Amino acid sequence: MKILVPIKRVPDPDQKIQVQPDGSGIVTDGLPFVINPFDAIAVEEALRIREKFSEVTEVLAVSIGPEAGEPQLRTALAMGADNATLIHCDAPLDPWNVACLLQAFAGRYQPDLILMGKQGVDDDFSQTGQMLAALLDWPQATFASKIEFFNGGLRVTRETDAGLEIIRVSLPAVVTADLRLNEPRYASLTSMMRARKKSIERLTPAELGLAIAPRLQWLGLAAVPSRRKCVRVGSLDELLGKLRDEEKVI
Amino acid sequence: MRVLILCEHDGQGLRLGSRSALTFANAVAESTGGSVECLLLGHSLATVALDAAAHAPVLVADHPALLNPLADRYAKVIAAAVRQSGCELVVAAATTFAKDILPRAAGLLGGAMASEVIGHEFRGDQLCFRRPLFAGAVVATVALHGKPQIVTIRPSAYAPANARAQLGAITGLVVEEATLPTQAEFEALHSKLSNRPDVTEARIVVSGGRGIKNSEDFERLVGGLADKLHAATGCSRALVDAGITPNAFQVGQTGKVVAPELYIALGISGAVQHLAGMKNSKTIVAINNNPDAPIFEVADYGLVGDVYELVPQWIAKLNAPP
Ligand SMILES: Cc1cc2nc3c(=O)[nH]c(=O)nc-3n(C[C@H](O)[C@H](O)[C@H](O)COP(=O)(O)OP(=O)(O)OC[C@H]3O[C@@H](n4cnc5c(N)ncnc54)[C@H](O)[C@@H]3O)c2cc1C
Ligand SMILES: Nc1ncnc2c1ncn2[C@@H]1O[C@H](COP(=O)(O)O)[C@@H](O)[C@H]1O
Repeated sequence: MKILVPIKRVPDPDQKIQVQPDGSGIVTDGLPFVINPFDAIAVEEALRIREKFSEVTEVLAVSIGPEAGEPQLRTALAMGADNATLIHCDAPLDPWNVACLLQAFAGRYQPDLILMGKQGVDDDFSQTGQMLAALLDWPQATFASKIEFFNGGLRVTRETDAGLEIIRVSLPAVVTADLRLNEPRYASLTSMMRARKKSIERLTPAELGLAIAPRLQWLGLAAVPSRRKCVRVGSLDELLGKLRDEEKVI
Repeated sequence: MRVLILCEHDGQGLRLGSRSALTFANAVAESTGGSVECLLLGHSLATVALDAAAHAPVLVADHPALLNPLADRYAKVIAAAVRQSGCELVVAAATTFAKDILPRAAGLLGGAMASEVIGHEFRGDQLCFRRPLFAGAVVATVALHGKPQIVTIRPSAYAPANARAQLGAITGLVVEEATLPTQAEFEALHSKLSNRPDVTEARIVVSGGRGIKNSEDFERLVGGLADKLHAATGCSRALVDAGITPNAFQVGQTGKVVAPELYIALGISGAVQHLAGMKNSKTIVAINNNPDAPIFEVADYGLVGDVYELVPQWIAKLNAPP
């Protein structure tokens, strides 16, 4: 059994994001990048499954994007992924493009399970896993907070607006990880050193037989200014007075 | 443009978010000289269909195999309905229901999709969408290529539509069970039934963070104040992770996005991921014992103090006759 984990390189979510003056993109100079937090959770889950089930022969991390995505693949290797592939692509990608590339890659690699993040914390699309499952005609379990093996398939607990939903899916399947699935391990310094020596397979969209045809066009970005000025109130009575008499909300 | 709305319902009527999707759809149809239809999936939908018909003509896929919202089945039925109706734009409210199902339908329909739309405009004939990035720090304007275009809209960005005087026609869709996928099966839904309003639908939201130590205190302080104010309860990720509150309460980038008239943050520090879910509330109040907590930067009113002292006092004032 093989598990494929697609990972995306994203700006560190704790950093302040600045927009280029012409709105063409964000300022990336000096901006640190990390594995998308949800994808780190997906890597962790794949490793835990491999540690528990001897049938799992390989956990493969794959990232699509520029060469700069290599450090994030090295981090996945240091966490414990067996191998990594970089699908080199400098063109901007939308979820449809990523899903098509992953579909083609899955056709070659033949994983039994694709475990990925529920959303990229940069673009906040939350679309790619679902599109990929449709293209592969596989079942999907999105927003997973628990994954169990059950009757040769999976029993997945999903975080929905209505509460926790449990569904069962047969394999192969696409599962997208939510925050509470697990707490990803840190890669130790020694494992980082070891991961540096591993070779990372390189592929291009053309080698997968695909050309990038965007469905989503970026017309411009703008920063969102904070428009509030906080009034510090000295007491509860003062606060209630403001809410009652000025805001008229209570 | 012909617009189709994937409506979400509770077995009785439309969810409020779907009425926001209607507002968006009506606006687009009006500017383009188009039309709006509702699409309902599920089982025993007669009552829901009538509710939806008060807004627009309705297509109904009613079948026992659609009782629970399994993405593979629903996406297939939606894709068939879209092809059959020839609609050019499909829209739904950005809730976990639509976030699960619509991108899968988009995968079957060519992939032109934009999620979490908070505004739209026309540039010439081109319909453009505004959507937040980076936990709401940035807003992007995007356009979609290919048909149909598929979007989810944030209910907080579009006011819910009101019923019309005339009922729309209700048309049944044929659902062939044999063509539906069976690789996914529904087992159970564990919902924490709450007699408080839904956090995305309430006029006032009282939200607790790590300043609240346990479930009893959450119920007593956050729940107690919410009940007095007829408000919904929300929380930060910290409390869901600690098992103090159910995940459905989480407000933020990866939880629910709310924009009530009043948002009261109790013991919440104000991480960007939390702000992403509430910073468009009309009035924001923060109570925090740390005067430097970042939540004060987005609040309209800030009170420095201990929630364990101040909230019981607030509740007591609401108990006392004026
Ligand atoms: C990928 C990702 C996604 C995330 N998504 C979300 C999300 O959707 N929603 C979300 O909320 N978070 C999210 N987070 C987590 C977020 O980064 C913060 O960790 C979280 O919001 C902190 O919660 P908090 O403010 O309750 O806790 P803390 O940051 O610990 O703050 C607690 C606050 O309570 C105050 N306090 C303590 N005791 C008292 C008292 N007795 N009286 C008054 N004040 C008191 C403290 O001064 C402090 O400011 C996400 C993180 C990541 C990495
Ligand atoms: N460029 C990429 N390379 C590899 N995986 C990706 C890429 N973009 C998105 N993904 C995967 O798709 C998930 C959802 O992303 P999104 O739909 O963009 O929110 C991410 O958590 C990743 O697992």
